[in-house]
Amino acid sequence: MKVTFPHMGNAWIVIQTLFESLNVEVVVPPFNSKRTLNLGTKLSPESACLPLKLNLGNYLEAASQGADTIVITGGIGPCRFGYYGEVERQILRDAGYNYEVVTLEPPDGSLLGLGKRIRFLAGSKNSWTKILKAMRFAYLKSVALDRVEDLIHAARPRLPEPILTEKLYEQARERLAQTMSEKGIQDTVRWVQESIRERQEAVNNSERINKPLRIGIVGEIYTILDPFSSVGIEEELGRLGVEVDRSIYLSGWVGSHIFRGIAPGYRSIRSYPRHAKPFLPHFVGGHGVETVGAAVKYAREGYDGIIQVFPLSCMPEIVAASVLPKVQEAYNIPIMTLIVDEHTGHAGIQTRLEAYVDLLERPRHLRESIETREGVLSVGG
Amino acid sequence: MLVDDKYFLGVDVGSVSTNMVLLRPDNTVKEALYLRTQGRPMQIIQEGIKQIRSKIGKSAEIIGVGATGSARQLAATLLGADVVKNEITAHAVAASRVNPQVQTILEIGGQDSKIIILRDGVVSDFAMNTVCAAGTGSFLDQQASRLGIKIEEFGPLALEAKNPVRIAGRCSVFAESDMIHKQQLGHSLPDILAGLCQAMVRNYLNNVGKNKDIRGPIFFQGGVAANPGICKAFEEEIGQSIIVPENYDVMGALGAAYLAQEKVGSRPGTLTQFRGLNLGETQFQAKSFDCTGCANRCEVVEITQDGASLARWGDRCGKWSGAGVAGTITGTSEVNLKEEKQKEEKQKEEKQKEEKRGA
Repeated sequence: MKVTFPHMGNAWIVIQTLFESLNVEVVVPPFNSKRTLNLGTKLSPESACLPLKLNLGNYLEAASQGADTIVITGGIGPCRFGYYGEVERQILRDAGYNYEVVTLEPPDGSLLGLGKRIRFLAGSKNSWTKILKAMRFAYLKSVALDRVEDLIHAARPRLPEPILTEKLYEQARERLAQTMSEKGIQDTVRWVQESIRERQEAVNNSERINKPLRIGIVGEIYTILDPFSSVGIEEELGRLGVEVDRSIYLSGWVGSHIFRGIAPGYRSIRSYPRHAKPFLPHFVGGHGVETVGAAVKYAREGYDGIIQVFPLSCMPEIVAASVLPKVQEAYNIPIMTLIVDEHTGHAGIQTRLEAYVDLLERPRHLRESIETREGVLSVGG
Repeated sequence: MLVDDKYFLGVDVGSVSTNMVLLRPDNTVKEALYLRTQGRPMQIIQEGIKQIRSKIGKSAEIIGVGATGSARQLAATLLGADVVKNEITAHAVAASRVNPQVQTILEIGGQDSKIIILRDGVVSDFAMNTVCAAGTGSFLDQQASRLGIKIEEFGPLALEAKNPVRIAGRCSVFAESDMIHKQQLGHSLPDILAGLCQAMVRNYLNNVGKNKDIRGPIFFQGGVAANPGICKAFEEEIGQSIIVPENYDVMGALGAAYLAQEKVGSRPGTLTQFRGLNLGETQFQAKSFDCTGCANRCEVVEITQDGASLARWGDRCGKWSGAGVAGTITGTSEVNLKEEKQKEEKQKEEKQKEEKRGA
């Protein structure tokens, strides 16, 4: 059995770790690319959302590397992603791919069924203690990944030479993917902090820069976690001198969905429904409530702006998008919505981001807020 | 007249038109050019510079350049712009300089349409058409030529309508079939044209104008503002009067010129990056290739002038755009190019091998 799984940003590092610590053979599909999307789009219904198209592309690319089993999470409620596991199984079968598809439903489904599926994947040689241990280790890795990502978010607008910051991020991810010990995880985070400190000392600290704008990114989990889907808006904003924060981090999602809140993750998503309540008091599927709640939270915390990202035809986010103008009005904070699909062009997104940053920056010209490059570690990680 | 000899140049290279504005330091417009881009932005920019050169005296001097529009990066590279801004900001700056009270800008261009909301002279909200280009200038152009009328006659004819027909405006393909149907029923041309104007305006307000607080004074700019039929439809639908500013068709370029003025004027003694009015005579070339450095597979564009590399862009990581602009670090970029070529050759060889194996 060779297990593969769909990509979603950095999630591959965590999933790969989980299976490797259980000695299950795993195929990490090639990273999301134009090719992935083209392959997936051919097999997908046109009106399906972007994640389905990318998932299918991932499986096709993984199949050529010998994968024969797919693991995907399921879900309950109005978001279509919940049944993509089944839809994908049928599409792949019709297209002539011989894949076993294992859908991991969250525990509110059937605990017994979930247990059986995990047992199927882990084989008979792994004890339940070992499985739980492996899950805990993978979780620790996801928290570390999120810490590193947050450091990069803070470093992008503050450190010169963006290409060096991206290299640092890439190397940190590589290190995290390879390490198999808790010490290795901690060392990597420390190494990133140290590298940032060194670079800060290398630049002239007395040099003043404009205090970075702060923008909160909210929206559908797949598109905001996956830089390929969001056309790299976090990196782009960083280059435009903006510090980004995101409503959902991988470990926060894992913590609340897989571990039922026993582990909160690097950034818990538990408080969002409470924040959303005055605007959207009930569940609308997917992360619609979280989107609204996070927007309210960012507005209260004094962020300069909020950007909502979701794939074309995403129902929960469409509901959220129609509520957000009320949040914009109540807190007087500009909210921009970006919708992505396989036709999304980089130039269009670029123009909107630039214009949006201009919109936030021009009034600030009057206030003239200035700081040094030193602030990275106090913000991120 | 020495004052008259110094100008700021604003350039807006869009999908359909390329506009240039020469701005005097006293904020009056000396010259405004409206050229068709025709899919050849580089040649048209050169053409524009030639025209400008012939219109101003030999002693004239360009003291600042601003570029905007979808090809702003290209324009900035060719011209050596001092400031490069997106078209939303440029339009907003131009409108608020013309009338500081303006609170809403409706802008319909060749292939995009946008709405910009200003409060106290600062942009507070904006929207651009996302997944649909129904109801932009290109569509009007098409329909005018299909009906055999000049685009300039479109608006005045629409104003003659007595009973505008209702046309489905959600999708321009369906709008066209609906229009043909109405023609075949025997409705008069002015009624159909007016109906089309109304459909376009409804579509605009439902898409880009959705959830936007439209307050007066309202500016209507972009090429389509030349069409009085659309203006009238807007006034009827919004219920407020619409102002079409004097330079409505070149507002983006005007904004870019103002931004150049802000940038150069804010620091006395700064010299412009402008590369000279003899640009019209040199040879520019563009070529593109797919970078195989990583999974992103960025399409990289390289602009060369008389054989020398001027700029590259299109990559996400900065490997190409960061290296060797205007010959500063050409060493590294040449190494990159070499590596790239070697890689490509290797891949070709592998492919051939595979094919042989397959055979």
